[in-house]
Amino acid sequence: MQIWDCTAVELSEQIKQGKLKVAEVLEAVYRRIEQTKDLNCFITLDKEGAFQRAAKVQEQIDKGELTGPLAGVPFAAKDNICTKGMRTTCASRILEHFVPAYDAEVIRRLEEAGGVLIGKTNMDEFAMGSTSETSYFGAVKNPIRPEYVPGGSSGGSAAAVAAGACMYTLGSDTGGSIRQPASHCGVVGLKPTYGRVSRYGLVAHACALDQIGPITRNVTDCAAVLSAICGYDEKDSTSMARPEEDFMGALIRDVKGMRIGIPSNYLDGIINGEVKAAVWFVARQLELAGAVVEQFDLKYTEYAVPAYYTIASAEASSNLERYDGIKYGWRCEDYKDLQSLYRRTRSEGFGAEVKRRIMLGTFVLSAGYYEDYYLQALKVRALIKQAFDEAFEKYDLILAPVSPKTAPKLGESLGHPLKLYPDDVYTVSANLAGIPAISIPCGEDSKGLPIGVQLMADCFQEKKLLQAAYTYEQERMGYE
Amino acid sequence: MSKEYQTDIGLEVHVELATKTKIFCGCSTAFGGEVNAHTCPVCMGMPGALPVLNRQVVEHAMAVGLAVNCKIMPYSAFDRKNYFYPDNPQNYQISQLYHPICRDGYLELDACDDGTEETAEEKVPKRVRIHEIHMEEDAGKMHHDSSGNSLVDYNRAGVPLIEIVTKPDMKDAGEVIAFLEKLRLRIQYLGASDCKLQEGSMRVDVNLSVREMGAAELGTRTEMKNLNSFRSIRNAIASERERQIALLEQGKEVLQETRRWDEDLEMSFVMRSKEDARDYRYYPDSDLKPLLIDEAWIARVHEAQPEFREEKQKRYRQQYDIPQYDAELLTESKAMADFFEETVSLGAPAKKVSNWLMTEMFRMLKERELDPEDIRISPKHLADLIDLTTRQVINSTVAKEVFAVMFDSDADPVTYVEEKGLSMENDEGALRQTIEKVLAENPKSVQDYYNGKGRVVGYLVGQTMKATHSKANPTSIKKMLMEMLNLPSDNR
Amino acid sequence: MTNTVACNKSMIDEYTVEHVGVLAQLELTAAQKRQAREDMAGMVAYVEKLRELNTEGIEPLAHLFPVGNVFREDEVMVFDGRKEMLEGAPQCRDNLYVVPRTIDEA
Repeated sequence: MQIWDCTAVELSEQIKQGKLKVAEVLEAVYRRIEQTKDLNCFITLDKEGAFQRAAKVQEQIDKGELTGPLAGVPFAAKDNICTKGMRTTCASRILEHFVPAYDAEVIRRLEEAGGVLIGKTNMDEFAMGSTSETSYFGAVKNPIRPEYVPGGSSGGSAAAVAAGACMYTLGSDTGGSIRQPASHCGVVGLKPTYGRVSRYGLVAHACALDQIGPITRNVTDCAAVLSAICGYDEKDSTSMARPEEDFMGALIRDVKGMRIGIPSNYLDGIINGEVKAAVWFVARQLELAGAVVEQFDLKYTEYAVPAYYTIASAEASSNLERYDGIKYGWRCEDYKDLQSLYRRTRSEGFGAEVKRRIMLGTFVLSAGYYEDYYLQALKVRALIKQAFDEAFEKYDLILAPVSPKTAPKLGESLGHPLKLYPDDVYTVSANLAGIPAISIPCGEDSKGLPIGVQLMADCFQEKKLLQAAYTYEQERMGYE
Repeated sequence: MSKEYQTDIGLEVHVELATKTKIFCGCSTAFGGEVNAHTCPVCMGMPGALPVLNRQVVEHAMAVGLAVNCKIMPYSAFDRKNYFYPDNPQNYQISQLYHPICRDGYLELDACDDGTEETAEEKVPKRVRIHEIHMEEDAGKMHHDSSGNSLVDYNRAGVPLIEIVTKPDMKDAGEVIAFLEKLRLRIQYLGASDCKLQEGSMRVDVNLSVREMGAAELGTRTEMKNLNSFRSIRNAIASERERQIALLEQGKEVLQETRRWDEDLEMSFVMRSKEDARDYRYYPDSDLKPLLIDEAWIARVHEAQPEFREEKQKRYRQQYDIPQYDAELLTESKAMADFFEETVSLGAPAKKVSNWLMTEMFRMLKERELDPEDIRISPKHLADLIDLTTRQVINSTVAKEVFAVMFDSDADPVTYVEEKGLSMENDEGALRQTIEKVLAENPKSVQDYYNGKGRVVGYLVGQTMKATHSKANPTSIKKMLMEMLNLPSDNR
Repeated sequence: MTNTVACNKSMIDEYTVEHVGVLAQLELTAAQKRQAREDMAGMVAYVEKLRELNTEGIEPLAHLFPVGNVFREDEVMVFDGRKEMLEGAPQCRDNLYVVPRTIDEA
């Protein structure tokens, strides 16, 4: 077995046992990155820095100071997560040369756990998109079939893990940006409960919806990364203080008696037949393992995407105001006064999709429309949250598709945003309701493209989520 | 002017709160210092940085709210006000629009000196209603160079502000000043801000409209900015009232606009009119959790409210038997009142302390153009000085000289008197010798005394004082002098 | 509800696109403006669906959990990356950030 075929937890074990050196693992990873260069998974790589860091981590492991499940394992972060001294571009021209003077809290925590940061992954510009094609640094390709997209916006993070170019990565999820690319690339992606993981250092897309989460080979790695990055951070007012939880302890193969609901309205309409069949198959397997699975009617699902785009665009229009060519980032070449500096910098610095969303967001917040659109979206959000609260009174988990179809071909959907927006229907609700949701591979379609299935739980019920996901993963391995 | 007009004035008062750190980050709020020294990713609006609310800002805002009779709202939250300007690093300001922390307060103006004839008792105190108080962050400072550039210093960006918004309840500059004086003093008494107009820690925008006397509807208002002193406020109100009346008299309309006062030219200029009024797109800031303030918290802040000026004056009159006029002056600033009370608490007699402050302290402050906040003398040293005079170690002339030295250096009066040898000559032998010398040098005066001209005694006392360099106690001199003059000459 | 969509198309007129562009500080060419108008009309028509729902009496959900009062204490924390921040600015001089001259409205 190649080094790059191993999971993070397996590798760390071998390193701690002295069978492998951190530097050897790094060598293998960089070799694999070189081999898979054409996928365009990375925007920035810091080989020199990583080897320096590896030496230090090795020393700590040898001294027995680092014993955790991720000690010595390389990782990469989506390029909207700030890294001190390493440029953080959000895949945008406007931040092409931006080097943060601070680390995101998740980076600090992973380094504390013995992680070795190797670089930054490609993504949709400012995390706006679901194909990873809107990047200023070029589109990412799906490692399974390179003429297809990897999904997005965390496409580079998902593709890197699927391609073996990294053991695990961090993504960010505002409306499905971790789960959907994980599904399209055949890996595991988790969006934690809103407030579970500190957003400090995550470049904001929509503050009310954004969460950082892991993209991994399997559920065990997912639990390990979540354990490392979760927890209250005094630098993020929206992070929540929770009693310490051991997510590794949730890796139990047991779903007996678990009540699992499938929203029946998710299985009508735009869903592709192969995807639908895959979801049913998962339901059957969970049932065989002892879970009680039934369909139910989840209210307001048809309003989730419009509410999502209204809220996310509005917040994005405000969050992206700071990119003006004055304090950091790119400034346009010729300008005659302050107004033209602002306008040119922003017009030339942002890509088409970002500008579209800024325009929509600005509009829904503007005088005369605020109440009808933005405020109405917040009210609809309240209704959606209520619908989930009611569902979780009856069910431990919700089982759902991740995306109505598998990955589209590269270039197929660019420039036609409205064609893609409805496909976010199964993922955006978790962000609106703040609940945790995980995407796990469950098969492939006739083209050989991966299909993922989604499990959702009530707020802060990640343990339940991981336990069911782990059980399914084990059942599936047994089956195959 | 063919018609009579009345003026309606409302205020928007920004006050910089006296916290150690900014409203949403740990950067210092210290004034001065190197440019951009007090900056961090949060107050620079760097990507990924997040605001965390300073508890002290909330405490101050609540305290000011209670001091002006506001309701503290059980739920309040922050909103973003979106506009592009380089002094605003995020291009949005975090403020409170939909759910401000305080609402519905008022201040009563003292019913006096408005020139009318009723006595204070006959008047109903004028009430100025406060619409709301909200918290927000300050912007950075812009400098302009000669080469067509502007330069931004973000040290002030994120310094906490509260904005106090009144109803249009004031009718002239006198009421506006009276309101602001009272508001400022309350905030200073709370220690929530130093409220200095010149330094910008208190900024006042005046909303003014005129209407025909007795008309039911308010006129169209303008907003006046850049008022850096009470003088500017007074002048701007007079000027704007005249300008608006002139427009109406000419049959023209007053436009709703923001104007900028130029104190040198004594006139105002349009900054922006309603047509290009900005659309700030206020919406809730989801980076910050709401504030949930319960009764217990309000009670705690209420309990910590200090004794305000009116209560202090009353207590000074009753407890220390200090005249109303003196009590008014002593409480005009918190710094002076604190100084007074601290000195008294060290055992100095209140009346004597009051006398020193009313005379020498105020005289020196005026002479040096200083505020009571700038007093360098420590209460302990003033108490010591008073003690020296009470024990007649020094006389009042010397005491005033010592006070002048203390005013500049906070010198210890006891040490100073000793080092400079300023204590009164209590050595009887030495004094007797000096008097003998004076009598010998002034035979004519001595002769006059014996001829019945008693008033020469004063002259002789003066001469003796002079000879002792004012160190002797004049009472002792007179007593000894009389003794010696009334002795048979051979016994002298 | 067919009415809403119809009135919506006229709602996103040239003026709206112009106005939103000014607020968002985006400079659009004539062709981009046409495209933006089309995109916005499409997007607004899409989110228009929200208005079907009767939300009377529903409190807008701006903050997810009923948690409040998250504070830091008033203690100075010095950030040591001030130099790096200045170095990252497109233009700075004497530790000040440089912008084209503004008419001071402060």
